[in-house]
Amino acid sequence: MRISTERATSPRTVTVLSILLLGALWVVAAALTADPQVLPSPFALAAPFRQELANGELLYHLGQTVVRVLWAFALAMGLGIALGLVMGRSEAVNRWLDPWLVIFLNLPALVLIVLCYLWIGLTETAAIAAVTLNKIPNVTTVIREGARAMDPQLDAMARIYRMSWRRRMAHIVLPQLAPFITAAARSGIAVIWKIVLVVEFLGRSSGIGFQIHLYFQLFDVAMVLVYALSFICVMLLVEWLVLQPWERRVRRWRQA
Amino acid sequence: MIRIRIDDKHFGNAQVLGRVHFDIAPGECVALVGPSGIGKSTVLRILAGTDEAFTGHVDRPERMAVVFQEPTLLPWRSVLQNLTLVHPDLGTAGARAALDRVGLAGKETLFPGQLSLGQQRRLALARGFATPPDLLIMDEPFASLDPETAERMLALTESLMATTRPATLFVTHDRAEAERLADRILRLDGAPATLAETT
Ligand SMILES: Nc1ncnc2c1ncn2[C@@H]1O[C@H](COP(=O)(O)OP(=O)(O)OP(=O)(O)O)[C@@H](O)[C@H]1O
Ligand SMILES: [Mg+2]
Repeated sequence: MRISTERATSPRTVTVLSILLLGALWVVAAALTADPQVLPSPFALAAPFRQELANGELLYHLGQTVVRVLWAFALAMGLGIALGLVMGRSEAVNRWLDPWLVIFLNLPALVLIVLCYLWIGLTETAAIAAVTLNKIPNVTTVIREGARAMDPQLDAMARIYRMSWRRRMAHIVLPQLAPFITAAARSGIAVIWKIVLVVEFLGRSSGIGFQIHLYFQLFDVAMVLVYALSFICVMLLVEWLVLQPWERRVRRWRQA
Repeated sequence: MIRIRIDDKHFGNAQVLGRVHFDIAPGECVALVGPSGIGKSTVLRILAGTDEAFTGHVDRPERMAVVFQEPTLLPWRSVLQNLTLVHPDLGTAGARAALDRVGLAGKETLFPGQLSLGQQRRLALARGFATPPDLLIMDEPFASLDPETAERMLALTESLMATTRPATLFVTHDRAEAERLADRILRLDGAPATLAETT
């Protein structure tokens, strides 16, 4: 429902204005701090940004982090969806695995990361495994909720008409899970890149997290902000170019 | 031969069905009648094999088609896909013909939510009739249709039963409908419900 007074500003304008407002707050805060060592103004970031872009450092580390995020995201979503589906559909499996889920949900990310590095070594595998293990329990919990809410009548229909497993998955199960998958993906990608940064901070020699570690030791706030903001921009692009269009596509039948 | 031997069916502590024993011969059409809430849909679910929590046993053929009391369509797939996904052998042309038979020509690309309830029920009928089954199960298939459309659907059902002769069990509240389609009418009665043959 839309109230007539809201008609003046479109949702897109509001998004842009809201981001500009945040920028304005930053400018004011920087002016009040009056110490570029502590909080540089957004305009002061342009020069270091151009420099990192020109020497290739930014793109290299950005790429490394993106690859790790994609791996962890794909693994966590794939395994989490499978696990959540099985747990939501079978009460017996759920009773057995639920305690594990609770334990892993409450295991601090840092503990998992440290253990993975200790057990597997300071390798790429350990880094991705740590992030994946951190995220699987959340995905599982969300998907299990979705699996429990599925319509048993449609299941009965598919069984009677002997639809193949693939068809059932593609046309009955996944469409019902779609809103839950989008919810898990959205919160998933946000959490995953934060954990990836910690993993890089602690034990990798490339990636945004590694660079932030480096400039943290040099107390270079401007560089820390340049790297952090670059990745936030990538995440915003993913949200606008991938997640939202996909969401619109799977919700098309509701709006029709 | 289709054999139904239900001895006991509970939901929680409430016994819904008592002894319900009957057979359906190949090509035979049996109507199941009885007051609302007596357990007719429950008998159909047990026969279809989607409810296995009962005492007794059921012999049923492999190839079945069911028209449920609710349309039970895939709301996220188009009208045409609702036929082709369930019956892959049908093909687009076959699916269009099936839609045409139930008066849904031209609605192929709509989603089920864009159809009226009566149209959704006809789509469910088209899905049930699309490929000839050995056993056809229908739960009040002609409810909520206007008299002319109901008549067209009845005629369609008759012609399907005449050409492919599936064994059929269907639930109805309409005496005339039961007498017109069925070779035999079974009545569910009492608590827990048992069978009383009326024809
Ligand atoms: N899943 C369920 N859980 C508990 N009770 C149920 C369940 N399904 C059906 N019942 C009960 O079983 C009884 C028979 O239900 P059923 O749907 O078979 O009736 P029906 O004869 O098909 O009625 P109608 O003509 O109104 O469709 C009802 O009293 C109903 O409340
Ligand atoms: Mg019923």
